[in-house]
Amino acid sequence: MAEARPYLRLFASQVRGQAQYRASLWLDLVGSFLIGLLDLSGVVVLFRAGGRVAGFTTAEALLVAALATIGFALADLVVGNMDTIRNLVRTGRMDAVLLRPLGAFGQLVAMDFQPRRAGRLAVALTLLPLAAAWAGVHWTPARLAVALLAILGGSLLFGAIFTGTGTVAFWWIDSGEFGNSFTYGGRDFAAYPVGVYGSVFRRIFAYGLGLGFAGYYPALLLLGRPDPLGAPAWFAWLTPAVGLAACAAAALLWRAGIRRYRSTGS
Amino acid sequence: MYLALGRAGFRRYASYRIATLAGASTNITFGFMRCYALLAVAAATGGTIAGYDGPRIATFVWGSQGTLAVIAIWATTEQAERIRTGDVVVDLQRPVDPVWHLLAVDLGRAVFHLLTRFTLPLLAGALVFDLYWPRHVVTYPLFAASLVLAIVVSFACRHLVQCAAYWTLDIRGPQVFWALVSGLLSGLYFPLWLLPEPWGVLLVYGTPVASIIQAPMDILVERTDHPYPLLAAQAGWAVVMLGAARGVQRVAERKLVVQGG
Repeated sequence: MAEARPYLRLFASQVRGQAQYRASLWLDLVGSFLIGLLDLSGVVVLFRAGGRVAGFTTAEALLVAALATIGFALADLVVGNMDTIRNLVRTGRMDAVLLRPLGAFGQLVAMDFQPRRAGRLAVALTLLPLAAAWAGVHWTPARLAVALLAILGGSLLFGAIFTGTGTVAFWWIDSGEFGNSFTYGGRDFAAYPVGVYGSVFRRIFAYGLGLGFAGYYPALLLLGRPDPLGAPAWFAWLTPAVGLAACAAAALLWRAGIRRYRSTGS
Repeated sequence: MYLALGRAGFRRYASYRIATLAGASTNITFGFMRCYALLAVAAATGGTIAGYDGPRIATFVWGSQGTLAVIAIWATTEQAERIRTGDVVVDLQRPVDPVWHLLAVDLGRAVFHLLTRFTLPLLAGALVFDLYWPRHVVTYPLFAASLVLAIVVSFACRHLVQCAAYWTLDIRGPQVFWALVSGLLSGLYFPLWLLPEPWGVLLVYGTPVASIIQAPMDILVERTDHPYPLLAAQAGWAVVMLGAARGVQRVAERKLVVQGG
C-alpha cells in the first residue's frame, strides 16, 4: 500500500486542481453523462428505424452495447489517458515522467484524471439491467457470472488497446489520431451485433482484436440464443482469457516502447 | 493579405504528413463501421430507409467521414490556450479583425484537408462499397458551395466554444458540450432523417450543426430534387453564427483580463 501513496497524492492533486474550475467541472460531468446516454441512443435510433437488424431487436442490441460500453468505460477511466503519450513524447515532457522515482505507467494513470470519463460508466451501468429486463433476460447464477466476467475481461481488453495504441507514439511520434481507430472505434464496433459487419472487417475486429468478446458473445449467452453466424455458446466465457492475452501483448509493447524511447529534445 | 493567411494555414497542416495519414486511417475505420451498420439497418427495411438507398447510404457515410476533417469538427483547444495564457493579446494588437484572421487560416487548412483527408476515405469507400455519384451536373457546384458554408458554420461554432475561455479559462466543459451536439445532431452518427417526424425537419433546418454535415451530404447524394432550401438554411446559419462569433469576440475583448505571471 505504501507504494501506492505517491500515486494517490498525484491523483488527489489532479482532482483538487480540476475542482477549482467549478462551472466547467459541472458542465463536464453533466455533459459526459449526456454523451454516454446519447452514444448508446445512437444504437437505439438505428435499431428502431430498422425494426430487426441482422436478427436483433432494439433491446437485444442495447444489451450488447451496454455490456461492451461498461468494459470500455472502466478501461477509459483508469488508463484512458494513455492516448496522451503522444503529446508527452512530442513535447519532451515524457523525460520528466521517466526521471521521477516512480513507475512511468502509474504516473500516467494518476496524472490526468478526467471526471468526464465517469459519466459514461454511470450511464452504461444503469442501462445494463434495464436493457436486460427489456430484452427479457432470465438471470441465473451462470448468467450473472458471464456478465461479470465479460465486464472484467472487456475492461482488460480495452485497457490493453488503450495502452497498446498509446505506446505506438514511442515509435511513431506524430501518430495523431491513429489510436482512436482502435479505442473509440473498438468501442463502436463492440456496441453492435457483429453480424452487421462485412466478413473480412468482422474477422479482423471481432477475432483479431477480440472485440466480439467484449459484448456480443456474452450477450448471446445472457439472451439464451445461438449465434446466427454459428459460433459456439462457450465463446461467452472466453472474455477474461481474451482480455489477459491482450494485456500480455500490451505489456510487451509498453516495455519495448519505454526501452526504445529517445527524447525529442526541446 | 487574407490569402497569405490562408496559405499559411495550408502550409502549417501540410507539414504534418504522417498525422494526416493517421487521421485518414481513423476516418476509414469508422467509415467501415458506420457504413456496415447503416446498410444493415437499410437491409432490414427492404433496402431503402428515409430516402436513402444502399449506394446513397455509402456515399453519405464515406462523404461525412471525409468531411469531418475538412470542417475540423473536433476543435483543438489552441485558441482557448492562447486566451488562458494571455498570448491572445498579441493577436488582438494586430491590425486585423481576429475573427476574419482565424477564418482565413481555417479556410487554408480546409483546402489542405479537402485534398487529403476528404479524398482518401472516399477512395477507400469506393474500393469496397458501391457509391452513389451525383447524377445532375449542377450538384457538383452546389456541393462545393455547401461545403464552404459548412466550413464557415463549423468555424463560427468552434470559435464560440473557444471564446468561452474569456470567461471560464478552462473550456473542457463547453468543449464536451460541443462534442456532444456536433457528433449527434450534425448527422455524423446517423442521418437525421432516421429520426421520427417532426424531429428530422426540425433538427435539419433548426440547428446550425446540421449545416455542417447533414446538409452537404444530402446535397451530395441528391436525396431530394430540391437542394436549394438546404443551401439557404446553411447560408442563414453561416450569417447568424459568424455574427454571433464576432459579437461575442467584441464583448470578450472588452472583458479580457490578462493574468500576470
